[in-house]
Amino acid sequence: MMQFMLLFSRQGKLRLQKWYVAHPDKLKKKITRELITTVLARKPKMCSFLEWKDVKIVYKRYASLYFCCAMEQEDNELLTLELIHRYVELLDKYFGSVCELDIIFNFEKAYFILDELVLGGELQETSKKNVLKAIAAQDLLQEVCELDIIFNFEKAYFILDELVLGGELQETSKKNVLKAIAAQDLLQEDETVDAALREVGLL
Amino acid sequence: MAYPMYEVDWSVLPPEQNRRSVIKLIRVFSVDCIPIGLLLEQNRRFNPAFNIATIKQVVNEAIERVRMPTPTRLRDLIRQIRAARTAAEERSVVNKECAYIRSTFREEDSVWRCRNIAKLLYIHMLGYPAHFGQLECLKLIASPRFTDKRVGYLGAMLLLDERQDVHLLITNCLKNDLNSNTQFVVGLALCTLGAIASPEMARDLASEVERLIKSPNAYIKKKAALCAFRIIRRVPDLMEMFLPATRSLLTEKNHGVLITGVTLITEMCENSPDTLNHFKKIVPNLVRILKNLILAGYSPEHDVSGVSDPFLQVKILRLLRILGKNDAEASEAMNDILAQVATNTETSKNVGNTILYETVLSIMDIKSESSLRVLAINILGRFLLNNDKNIRYVALNTLLRTVHVDNSAVQRHRTTILECLKDPDVSIRRRAMELSFALINGQNIRSMMKELLSFLERSDAEFKAHCSSAMVLAAERYAPNNKWHLDTLFRVLLKAGNYLRDDTVSSTLQIVSGAAAERQAYAAMRLWTSLERSAVSGDATEKQPLVQVATWTIGEYGDLLVSEASNAISMVDEDGVDDFVRPTEEYVIDVYQKLLWCTQLSITTKEYLLLSLAKLSTRFTTQPSQEKIRVIIDTFGSHIHIELQQRGVELSQLYRNYAHLRGALLERMPPMDPAPGAGAALLRDDSDLEPDAPSPDHKPDQDALLDLIIGSDSLTNGDVEHKPSQPPPSNSSNDILDLLSGLELTPSAPAPVALNNNKDVGAPPASLLLDGLFASPALTQLAPPQELAHVTALDKNGLLVVLGVQRGGDSVTLTMRATSTASATLSDFLFQAAVPRTFQLDMMSPSGTVLPPQGEITQVLKITNPSRTQLRLRIRVSYNVDGSPVLEQAEVNNFPPDLFN
Repeated sequence: MMQFMLLFSRQGKLRLQKWYVAHPDKLKKKITRELITTVLARKPKMCSFLEWKDVKIVYKRYASLYFCCAMEQEDNELLTLELIHRYVELLDKYFGSVCELDIIFNFEKAYFILDELVLGGELQETSKKNVLKAIAAQDLLQEVCELDIIFNFEKAYFILDELVLGGELQETSKKNVLKAIAAQDLLQEDETVDAALREVGLL
Repeated sequence: MAYPMYEVDWSVLPPEQNRRSVIKLIRVFSVDCIPIGLLLEQNRRFNPAFNIATIKQVVNEAIERVRMPTPTRLRDLIRQIRAARTAAEERSVVNKECAYIRSTFREEDSVWRCRNIAKLLYIHMLGYPAHFGQLECLKLIASPRFTDKRVGYLGAMLLLDERQDVHLLITNCLKNDLNSNTQFVVGLALCTLGAIASPEMARDLASEVERLIKSPNAYIKKKAALCAFRIIRRVPDLMEMFLPATRSLLTEKNHGVLITGVTLITEMCENSPDTLNHFKKIVPNLVRILKNLILAGYSPEHDVSGVSDPFLQVKILRLLRILGKNDAEASEAMNDILAQVATNTETSKNVGNTILYETVLSIMDIKSESSLRVLAINILGRFLLNNDKNIRYVALNTLLRTVHVDNSAVQRHRTTILECLKDPDVSIRRRAMELSFALINGQNIRSMMKELLSFLERSDAEFKAHCSSAMVLAAERYAPNNKWHLDTLFRVLLKAGNYLRDDTVSSTLQIVSGAAAERQAYAAMRLWTSLERSAVSGDATEKQPLVQVATWTIGEYGDLLVSEASNAISMVDEDGVDDFVRPTEEYVIDVYQKLLWCTQLSITTKEYLLLSLAKLSTRFTTQPSQEKIRVIIDTFGSHIHIELQQRGVELSQLYRNYAHLRGALLERMPPMDPAPGAGAALLRDDSDLEPDAPSPDHKPDQDALLDLIIGSDSLTNGDVEHKPSQPPPSNSSNDILDLLSGLELTPSAPAPVALNNNKDVGAPPASLLLDGLFASPALTQLAPPQELAHVTALDKNGLLVVLGVQRGGDSVTLTMRATSTASATLSDFLFQAAVPRTFQLDMMSPSGTVLPPQGEITQVLKITNPSRTQLRLRIRVSYNVDGSPVLEQAEVNNFPPDLFN
């Protein structure tokens, strides 16, 4: 099981931290600090594993970022490297050739992606596609409620009104509902433009 | 100031005008930050002249106007912080923002809560305190909006600790969301539960998770399975309820569900032997899944550089290893597939090696065919020669785990392993060192020790202690002869310096004292050379254990050192050099004086020196040297350190009032009884420095007596029983005993025996000085609380766990004593206990985690029982023996029925 994962820059700045064990904040900070120093002190030619306290640190550098996982003794170190690589691939796919700045400015997205890949310290999904699908769907969900319903709340009413009337379903064809809405939109738009033109004296 | 951004009262804003065009424009501008309520207000007054420029201008104005009072956007904050040139500047930006965020929290601003928490999370990552956001996260989670929930749960995972009150609140939120209709909301809740589940949360939400494992939705199913895994980790008791739902996970097609299912089953099997047996029947299923993975053609979804789903393959291989261990039938069923994986996996990439690594571990762990084992060892041999450091590390690691299975196969790689001792990479060196020790045997001890000695010399501080004690141990076990043994020990003393552990000193002295007279003279002469060298070069402070051993030996056998009679002894060392120069008596004393007046030597070392010097007064014969010794000893009569002062005074009495006793008192010590095996046990670990394993009816006052002798701090501590462990012997207090009683009273021996031996030795000064100690009034004050009963909790494979019960109102104190009669040392010993929910359990820290043969680990448990019902206790004991983990569980029900009343 993974105990925690840290992302930090070559300058030793923490970029992401994910803990799967409950430690007090103070201890987390201490571990983070010590670990960053230890890993940064290692030479590039050295192996990616480090026995540190009672955990096994598996780390890998991608460009300016270090990805660093603390695993338990029983875990397969080489597989952890694959896991890190998988996470980097996902970040890359999501952000489109990811760089450190993407992770700084969109750290919450980086967390969301990690949470779709790993749960409770264990890998939960081995398909890249599925992870990205889940993230995309949630982003959309976030978008829908944040933007569309709020900005176009009246449209939501209109659609509902085309679907249900007096508390009973009135139309079962999706296409028909959308056609009706589109037609009404057009009508409304024409009217507005007419009114506007009239106001400025063009009509 | 609250903008009704997300809680728009739609009825008050009639769609009197078409806002779409405007809204589209707004989207072009920074969309997610403008409180729409205001914009719409703006819009109502807006003259809909469809002049795009006018619209733009109006919108821009609106944006500027509404922007002012809104909080900084996350991006802007990050930019600001990154733009800070100094740490102080950054701190001031952060502090300002934190103050602002706090004030919005106080005003219960729900509109911007989501953004403020996101900013707070960034600030938290920079290392600033952010705990004040905990409750706000919970409020976000409770919001119906997905965005709020997403950020809220993210914050909860990052900010929440295991504090009880917050956890209760989040448990309720989680319960709600676990029942949500949106799969992603359920997913968020499961993800959070998996990351921060406390035992209480696990208990409260286990049934919800169990229901979700049975969900038809793969997205939820896989998450629920991992949640169950975490719940069982936290509360092993809850395992049984998940068993039925778990079985069906392996029939799924979805790899996410499969891998989480395998993870869950692995945890369950490691948790209890019964469950392990229960799952033996899934071996064919696992084999089939693995076979399909290998044989199936290219599947882009799960392919990693040509290998089909390595993640799943590795998990299955690991589960197979657990299921096949010590089970011929199960092993038989997986032999073929393991052979197939081992031969068919491509090794040019890391992925292939990952799978091979796991396969080799499985092959070595189960009862596999011998041909398969040969294949596995060959794979490791290839690994060891690989250019990739990671693969080499893994090879060393695996060889270490398999060395007990097939030592001779690993021996073949000895040269390569020794080569790895010189690697610049600490990870590889550490593995190589441990492996080297595992490879030492009677045949190769000489060459191995030579390599290890040079390794010890150049190794880092962190290795020195471990390496030197392991070397001492190996030397003791495989020494071809006594001379070689002594030589090796002296070299270790020289090279390990102060990193050497204290017990090595006493065990070395034991060996010297038991040797033949000629060897003792040799030891004194050899050690003199080293002592003189370090005294002259001034590095004696870095080699205090060496000084201690040398002075003891010279003190005992000083007559042989200076006597011409020992000229016949060859002092030629391994390199063929004889660098021994016989010193004069006075020169020896000069060196002593130099060392005694060196301020950096520890008190313990000076105690050794002083006593040794006193002994030399009866070994040396010339008058000037006698005089010199007397003068030095007299100066200690006014030493600032009380211990040394007392010695100075007492020893100088031997020149005055009790001069007639001096010869007899400072006589040579009789050979110490090496007590077969005791020396080895003594060297193994610190925790050995504890009394012998007590039997269940062991009387606590024996411990108390021992405490009295061993640690001066326990003189004032009557409450011996509540101490979780015997204090490790402090140097200053037990070394007088060591010295005066001729080391018979090594702390590893139980006290009464030690006292008897002490009399046998009959060294008068010992009893002289000890009298004072024993007359301590603390002895009579000792009234250890009565133990009501001893309950045997576990007695398996030589491990005996006994709980001593003490009553006190509605609480009891249990003292767990784990003792081992096994022949191997148990490492990573962990004792866990669980009580029913009506009880409260407090566990003190254990006295250690390493349980050597005949050793003992104690741990105090305090149980409060407000309901005063019969106590039931579940215990779980895990440890590593010979590198393989063992897990034992037991339920303890046989406590005395009237425990709480």
